[in-house]
Amino acid sequence: MTSTDQQPFLSVKDLQVHFSTEDGIVKAVDGLSFDLIKGQTLGIVGESGSGKSVTNLTILGLHDRAHTAIEGEILLDGKELLTASEKELERLRGNKMSMIFQDALASLSPFHTIGTQIGETYRKHTGASKKEARARAIEMLKRVGIPQPDVRVDDYPHQFSGGMRQRAMIAMALVCDPELLIADEPTTALDVTVQAQILDLLKELQQEFGTAIIFITHDLGVIADIADDVLVMYGGRCVERGTKEEVLSSPQHPYTLGLLGSMPSLDGPVDVPLSPIPGSPPSLLNPPSGCRFHPRCTFADKVAGGLCSTERPLLDVVDGRGSACHLPPKQRGDLFADFAAARH
Amino acid sequence: MSNAQPLLDVSGLTKHFPIKGGFPIKRTVGAVQAVDGLDFQVAEGEALGLVGESGCGKSTTGRLITRLLEPTGGKISYRGQDITHAGRRDLAPIRSEIQMIFQDPYASLNPRQTVGKIISGPMEINDINPAGGREARVRELLEIVGLNPEHYNRFPHEFSGGQRQRIGVARALALEPKLIVADEPVSALDVSIQAQVVNLLQKVQRELGIAFVFIAHDLAIVRHFSQRVAVMYLGKIVEIADREDLYDNPRHPYTRALLSAVPEATVDQEPRERIRLTGDVPSPINPPSGCRFRTRCWKATEKCATEAPPLVQVEGNKPGHLTACHYPETADAVPAPRLSKDPEAAA
Repeated sequence: MTSTDQQPFLSVKDLQVHFSTEDGIVKAVDGLSFDLIKGQTLGIVGESGSGKSVTNLTILGLHDRAHTAIEGEILLDGKELLTASEKELERLRGNKMSMIFQDALASLSPFHTIGTQIGETYRKHTGASKKEARARAIEMLKRVGIPQPDVRVDDYPHQFSGGMRQRAMIAMALVCDPELLIADEPTTALDVTVQAQILDLLKELQQEFGTAIIFITHDLGVIADIADDVLVMYGGRCVERGTKEEVLSSPQHPYTLGLLGSMPSLDGPVDVPLSPIPGSPPSLLNPPSGCRFHPRCTFADKVAGGLCSTERPLLDVVDGRGSACHLPPKQRGDLFADFAAARH
Repeated sequence: MSNAQPLLDVSGLTKHFPIKGGFPIKRTVGAVQAVDGLDFQVAEGEALGLVGESGCGKSTTGRLITRLLEPTGGKISYRGQDITHAGRRDLAPIRSEIQMIFQDPYASLNPRQTVGKIISGPMEINDINPAGGREARVRELLEIVGLNPEHYNRFPHEFSGGQRQRIGVARALALEPKLIVADEPVSALDVSIQAQVVNLLQKVQRELGIAFVFIAHDLAIVRHFSQRVAVMYLGKIVEIADREDLYDNPRHPYTRALLSAVPEATVDQEPRERIRLTGDVPSPINPPSGCRFRTRCWKATEKCATEAPPLVQVEGNKPGHLTACHYPETADAVPAPRLSKDPEAAA
């Protein structure tokens, strides 16, 4: 972490989320811990099924309670969320913490105007009148850069373009000045030029309000743009964490290294094949034993005694930097350097 | 490009989708100008990348080339034969030479057919009986795309997304095509799987000498895959060039802005220039007059509003590098306004 003296605003400790399904128990999140301080952005990277979205639905209390078993601790500003009642959570959601989803069209009601939808949250938490809420909605739309906010406030979602809808979602999420914003792939459905606008907007708003942001994405490029710290998830577990500089320029986990190796860049060599990670992400219904990455790992045979397939590697975090891998750090450094050299 | 006859020659290709409205009698009240006057060629064995944002007409282009859509105007020639409005019968022999790979590996495979049936489908339709039988050919194809030939009798749901896309590739290869149109073939896949499929397509392209029209919105993947790249904006090609020329020396402001907007997973490099376009892509129902990019362009003048810039080799371009702009960028141009509020770049 960039500063350790500050009290974390959000603290997740050893979170376990298990779903019971017809086919068995899905261990969607298996022992995840992280802290987040105000004004910071934590990027969570992972592929589909890595547990990144489940983690955040759990923080917000939006999971299906009937079929979910949760263990661990989630502290928001010192308050335990997992034992909080639905009423308390309702008070917090939209007010202290809020969320932006990937698909803005599906997340907005087609029957209500943008203004009503933004104002609804505001009225619920502040008890403002309809008129005040409308004024607030216009103010928010202006702040997120919608042209002619006093006219567009009466538009329905279908009258907005994709980028504008995402802006409206952000306006709705920020209407009560929440201290924690969870953004789940907010730019994945957008074009690059619009994505760049939205990322800039989030950064600006964060500077203005000091919001803590959890930014979930599968795109390491977006992480490089927006995050301060990064947490890489694989198969429901955190495999590596650190500042974005540490993770992106000197990855310590073979999975992170593999992800970076499988992405072409705008100035890399073109006539060499990419180095993909073999295989495909694991099923969490029946995850691999030991290190969940070992069936796809290039380096698994370098560890003595087949430790990778029998024992779960521990995530040892020193000053916010750590990775969960059985390879001794020295040997890892050499192997990774060879791997990187082979690509260029 | 060589002087030999191109495999595919497209000129003035146009597709307008009519908009019906009115009551009680529906009339055509307007048109979505999805593709409006495209000119490009694809040489044999060449990979041409088509990039652009959503709604720019890149998928429509792919569907026009494969003649899944009927062009409104222009001309498509395949090996010198005009196929613009060719009927079913005339198209039949050509259809086996032009194949398509689709974006969605879930929707593009029939869930009720086995892999063997899916991949041998094109051979059945075209009544092709390879030496050794269709089943042997399918097994060989499965081998080529990196699947286990033993999975011949499995159904699509038994495969992961990346594997399904491999089945799609095997099906496209079944008739030994000369040209494959790949419409966003990797964008539905996880990052670690994307690279596997890109490598497979590249292997196929090189080893079997198949020409590709590779449609994607991911500029880095297009750069990796294609020898030549065309950038589309609102139904038109704004710039087309060899890969190196386009990425190292973009002359159209849109190309430059697009490249600068791609987030890159690096932190140790000096920050790249950042051009932030404002607003969204206008509607193709009522595109801006003159240059279609002018409403978002920082260089736009009166001339841009009245006169559509032709796609030509502007001064300073290498041969084959065509740009449609009245005020092309130069390598050292400072793209002035609307720029970086980015603290890193300012520092």
